[in-house]
Amino acid sequence: MIKLQNISFDHCIKCTICNVYCPVARVSLFPGPKQSGPDTERFRIKSPELVDSTLKLCSNCKRCEIACPSNVKIADIIQEAKWKYLKRRWFRPRDLILSRTDLMGKFATLFNSIVNFFTRRSIVKFFLYLFIGIPYQKTLPEYENGTFEKHFYKNYPDQNKFPDHVVFFHGCFVNYNNHKLGRDLVKVLNSLNVGVNLVKEKCCGVPLIANGYINKAKKNAQYNINSLSEIHEKSNFKIVSTSSSCTYALKNEYSNLLNLDNSAISNEIEYITKFIYDRFESGNIFKMKPVPLRAAYHSPCHLERLGGVIYTIDLLKRIPGLDLVILHSECCGIAGTYGFKKEYYKLSQDIGKDLFRSIETANPEIVITDCETCALQIEMNTQFKVLHPVNILAMAVKE
Amino acid sequence: MQRYETEVIVIGGGATGTGILRDLSIRGIDATLIEKNDIASGTTGRNHGLLHSGARYAVYDLESAQECIKENKILKKIARHCIEDTGGLFVTLYHDNPKYHDLLLERCKLAGIKASEISPMQAMAIEPNLSSHTLKAVKVPDAVIDPFRLTSSNMIDAVERGAKIFTYTAVNKIITSGNDSVGIECINKKNEKIEIYANIIINAAGIWGQHICEIAGIELKMMPSKGSMLIIDYRTNNIVINRCRPPADGDIVVPGDTVSIIGTTSKEIDYDKIDNCNVDDDEIDTLLKNGEDLLPNIRRTRGLRAYCGIRPLMAVSGKVKGRKISRGIVLIDHKERDGMEGLITIAGGKLMTYRLMAEKTCDLICKKLNRKLKCTTHKLPLPGSEKKIPAKQTIKHFSGIPASTVGSTFYRHGQRVHNILTKDKKNYRLICECELVTEGEIEYAIKNLNVKNITDLRRRTRIGMGPCQGELCAYRAAGLFNEYNSTSPEESLKLLKDFLEERWNGIKPVFWGDGLREIELSYWIYQGLFGLGDFGDSDTEEN
Ligand SMILES: Cc1cc2nc3c(=O)[nH]c(=O)nc-3n(C[C@H](O)[C@H](O)[C@H](O)COP(=O)(O)OP(=O)(O)OC[C@H]3O[C@@H](n4cnc5c(N)ncnc54)[C@H](O)[C@@H]3O)c2cc1C
Ligand code: SF4
Ligand code: SF4
Repeated sequence: MIKLQNISFDHCIKCTICNVYCPVARVSLFPGPKQSGPDTERFRIKSPELVDSTLKLCSNCKRCEIACPSNVKIADIIQEAKWKYLKRRWFRPRDLILSRTDLMGKFATLFNSIVNFFTRRSIVKFFLYLFIGIPYQKTLPEYENGTFEKHFYKNYPDQNKFPDHVVFFHGCFVNYNNHKLGRDLVKVLNSLNVGVNLVKEKCCGVPLIANGYINKAKKNAQYNINSLSEIHEKSNFKIVSTSSSCTYALKNEYSNLLNLDNSAISNEIEYITKFIYDRFESGNIFKMKPVPLRAAYHSPCHLERLGGVIYTIDLLKRIPGLDLVILHSECCGIAGTYGFKKEYYKLSQDIGKDLFRSIETANPEIVITDCETCALQIEMNTQFKVLHPVNILAMAVKE
Repeated sequence: MQRYETEVIVIGGGATGTGILRDLSIRGIDATLIEKNDIASGTTGRNHGLLHSGARYAVYDLESAQECIKENKILKKIARHCIEDTGGLFVTLYHDNPKYHDLLLERCKLAGIKASEISPMQAMAIEPNLSSHTLKAVKVPDAVIDPFRLTSSNMIDAVERGAKIFTYTAVNKIITSGNDSVGIECINKKNEKIEIYANIIINAAGIWGQHICEIAGIELKMMPSKGSMLIIDYRTNNIVINRCRPPADGDIVVPGDTVSIIGTTSKEIDYDKIDNCNVDDDEIDTLLKNGEDLLPNIRRTRGLRAYCGIRPLMAVSGKVKGRKISRGIVLIDHKERDGMEGLITIAGGKLMTYRLMAEKTCDLICKKLNRKLKCTTHKLPLPGSEKKIPAKQTIKHFSGIPASTVGSTFYRHGQRVHNILTKDKKNYRLICECELVTEGEIEYAIKNLNVKNITDLRRRTRIGMGPCQGELCAYRAAGLFNEYNSTSPEESLKLLKDFLEERWNGIKPVFWGDGLREIELSYWIYQGLFGLGDFGDSDTEEN
């Protein structure tokens, strides 16, 4: 018998609502959240032999958890079962590469032009497919020259002058792949008279959890908890992030899934649009200029799970000139590193199909979404450029 | 009126009755079994299925304890697929008298039961949910046994060897000729009378044995003692946990298949109450309170249902009561006791001594029939348990079907899984999602396992025994009856309604928390959505 950390499966009343919302079950043989989560959990407790290999099809999008009226932590149960019972077959360089976003980033940002040059080549992609199983249809994220951290300390030495402050948990994507988002964030927050501070951080652990590197994920998580709670204790600053998945991990998964005590910080972390929304509501609004664009907004799964979508939409609606189409909430299929694996490539495309179609139908000039990997998936499957809400807010700042 | 002849009639389709039927058919004696409900619907299906090591009896009843350990070893070989060898613990909590622990060790040694002391730390490692107030612990070879599978396997084997079974047929008269009993008169569900004549009639009607004797004009006194149990939604423990103290209420938690069962209470009741006794609220409180002492987590779990059984103990000496009365086997040749030739009563004992009871009974039958036939049931495995095959191998064999489904079907039917599962999608799609019962398993049961309604189907497969208690599977099963058993749609609806009533009865005592939410949803689905309340006879409406 195992001492169960998550006994929320016991609250399931078998209403089956979660199944209706699972994007993977809809297009594959995945038996769905009810069966994979609460139903078979009772059997895994009885005997670990009764674990189903279909568990690995779950993309951890967490849409089932949003739908569940009984607050069953379905996706957490499945993730836990995945890494507890499903033996990984052998050492997989691909999973290691995909999950160590920080290591890869550190390396690639040093030689970014070379790395980008190569990953754009179809022959390299072919070898990546052949040897480590990354589907060749995928565009790999491009790397920046140097890290955002370095740029930040060099370019923004004067953050002390602001009356209010936040800690910015930049995450791997801003740090290695998208400096522009980081710069735009500083711009927007500064216009609200809020100074930005960085602390030492490690990859939040989301890709590690997804690929079953739990011990490493725990180590990173503990590091982040320590570092963030230390600064919060000293300064009482709120912590913000521009990544919905990082935010969800820091706030919820550290305790629910990794069983760590994150109580000191979990209520202090906010997804960025919620933080800005609160400033706006208290009257602290910067002067805006029109952003005359037709934009389609896609709400990422993990932001849905956080309940943060309304804040993003509210902010976007305040921007003059922005012609906003809010897309029906659907999973794009990438689910972090999931869509970067050849065995799930087709599935990931099938899941996202409806979304891509509705984007085409909306016929926007750009697409807006809060999640970095959703953006990659959409850019790959439609002809539109994808921006973060913070990018749009920065465009609206009237200097 | 139908009329049959056979050599031996067995009254009662519990473990004892079906065990006797199998033993007779193996020995080559023609036999017919009569059961007024379904097999295993009496006390056999209403206990917590402990395959005793004997340790529970070692201190007060050495003879029973020795019987237990002997049968324990035999059944682990012949009834593999009905048994899970979980092992058992006896734990002394800090407010228990530690002397009982020493006594237990000493008496187990005397009885030949392998009992070894382990440290509280080791006990916690085996069972992490165990109370941290554990002072001492003893490991014993307890296991769990599924009474439904056991009875069903005995039935299958007997029938495959030519024996006959009539279920839903009640014996209401013993036909006599002079001083001898020569046959029975029974009546089935369709109100048809059946007469069966035989050389020997076996009264294996458990607690109802008193009534059988009564209609034969013989006085026999049973001492009905009710025991209630509470089922927990999932396994809170994977090893049997006994409280190391003199037997008392709520001193055992048994992991049975996918659930855990807290047992039991003990209450003397009047004989005329045995057909309608319920679980009382105070019993639930007692069980929960004591269960919590052993496994503190238990109050945070969902109570699935509660049920009670009546111990078929016979008043022999008339002095000791309740738990301390001997669980010994009582075999009565009524020729010797009452001068009536042709009637034998077998009672007492336990579920797990059914084979021994059958052996003793059949030896007596052979003596009376003057046939020199030896018992072989201690060597001959039950159908499904022929070979020792690990679950892993079977799961691999059926690769493509989810491991949880294959593993569960194998767990329930042993090697007969090969008669059940195929790689056809329709075959392995789930009908009962909580207990992973497939359409193929239901088809197999309806066609081969003497199933008359959904409750019988539940006893053969576990359909409807999981957390949703029939919410999602009951109507599907009713539909399959229509498909395989050619019940009319109206009959299927009646089966559905009866089944839901039966489930509801067991849930009533535990109406709180998630269980209550669950039943509310069920009620909505069946009453609101399907309009089942408007269907059928009005006399069950008030329930
Ligand atoms: C609370 C409790 C817990 C227990 N726990 C355990 C345990 O953990 N381990 C263990 O080994 N034992 C246990 N037992 C004991 C065990 O359950 C019984 O000893 C055993 O099941 C008796 O089986 P049986 O076949 O003799 O009787 P039953 O199963 O009662 O069979 C008698 C059958 O006769 C039928 N019948 C009655 N009248 C008629 C009639 N007129 N015509 C036709 N058929 C008729 C009945 O319908 C019934 O099916 C427990 C008992 C109780 C009460
Ligand atoms: S997390 Fe997403 S993919 Fe996984 S079961 Fe839930 S809804 Fe389905
Ligand atoms: S939505 Fe929640 S309660 Fe309903 S079946 Fe799924 S897990 Fe169970």
